[in-house]
Amino acid sequence: MSTDQVTEAVETVAVECTVNGRVVSRHVPARRLLVDFLRGDLGLTGTHVGCEQGICGACTVVVDGAAIRSCITLAVQADGSTIRTVEDLSEDGELNDLQSAFKMSHALQCGFCTPGFLMTLTAADPDEYPTDGDIRELLSGNLCRCTGYQKIVDAVHESWGRP
Amino acid sequence: MKPALFKYAKPRSLEAALECLAAYGDEAKVLAGGQSLLPIMNFRLARPAVLMDLSAVPGLADISVENGSVRVGSMVRQRDAELSERLQRVCPLIPRALKHVGHVQIRNRGTIGGSIAHADPAAELPAVVAALGAEVVALSLRGERRFRGSDFFAGPMSNVLDPDEIVVRIDFPNCEGMRSEFLEVARRGGDFAIVGVAASASWDGAGKRLSRVGIAAMGVGGTPVRLGAVEQLLEGSPLDDGLIAQAADAAAATIDPPVDVHADSASRRQILRALVDRIIRRVAT
Repeated sequence: MSTDQVTEAVETVAVECTVNGRVVSRHVPARRLLVDFLRGDLGLTGTHVGCEQGICGACTVVVDGAAIRSCITLAVQADGSTIRTVEDLSEDGELNDLQSAFKMSHALQCGFCTPGFLMTLTAADPDEYPTDGDIRELLSGNLCRCTGYQKIVDAVHESWGRP
Repeated sequence: MKPALFKYAKPRSLEAALECLAAYGDEAKVLAGGQSLLPIMNFRLARPAVLMDLSAVPGLADISVENGSVRVGSMVRQRDAELSERLQRVCPLIPRALKHVGHVQIRNRGTIGGSIAHADPAAELPAVVAALGAEVVALSLRGERRFRGSDFFAGPMSNVLDPDEIVVRIDFPNCEGMRSEFLEVARRGGDFAIVGVAASASWDGAGKRLSRVGIAAMGVGGTPVRLGAVEQLLEGSPLDDGLIAQAADAAAATIDPPVDVHADSASRRQILRALVDRIIRRVAT
């Protein structure tokens, strides 16, 4: 099979995806990062921009069920995907169980890293992380400068019904 | 720290992808998982005029076992390879190495082929390619080329491909029943290695001999370094503390390690010596 013309390279691309249950369609510059699409185009500012290198985890969102770094993903790469951000967690304006556990365990102070942690945890299957060490390994891709991490680990134990 | 302006192409077939690269030449970069490329573009250290997304090209994300080799498509996501029961059985060094690659969020998007093509000398998968003598299969409109093990790597972040070539597949040897181990020293888990070692071998417990030994180091040169001197010493010889020490010394003598903010040459040699000693003992159990 041969193509009649070379696949065109374009500066602006049509993107359609489902974000927090809503289908959205936009034309975006190819260079727009997914985190900036979510924050700027869609007004979902719960996802935060930290390092823009994929290291800190503040930008973590869930795409097609998997936790990913939205700062090193282009918006165009999310075409056809289902995306969940931190705004999707609360139920009828109430904090969900995971969020409540974070609150009760004092697992946040400035809150900048918190959405990233919440989405990493939301995408995770607790059965795959049976031990405290496994939980810490899971969380190792999200950096926090305020809490010293122990309260976050406590919140996970609380939320996942661990001793 | 946003990428510079570029044009984006998303070919829907391998033929279209090869034609696209042939047309744009060295103006274009291939986008696989983007977990190495996007950070570099965000820093504007790379400013490709065209980004060609491979994610819509079918047939690049399969894992199969054929004729004694384990064929891994270049677009297989690292997380899928890490969790693959088939790979755990037929090429366990790959899932072992992947546990050290970044964090799960990176591995959810990053690809096997992308990491290998990116050719970071401190990265895990290039060391696995070198240790196992895996064949990197590249295609262009001009045809297929194959590169075995370390031959694929030209220098830091540099492979031997021409601008119009795509890595479509990596063929690893079938290692079913063999031992493997991967050891890495880094400041924090998930960081790039200061020094790391990948090893695969068959272990004869009765005769206390290793055979089919493949061992390579990362972070000790501009490319992953296959430790041929170590392999030759170990191959078929009865294993004892003296031989292990000799092998570890040979490893340290082989390398000409870089100096950077993380470690100097002497430290890297010392770390490599310790890791080679440890990895031999782990594989020979």
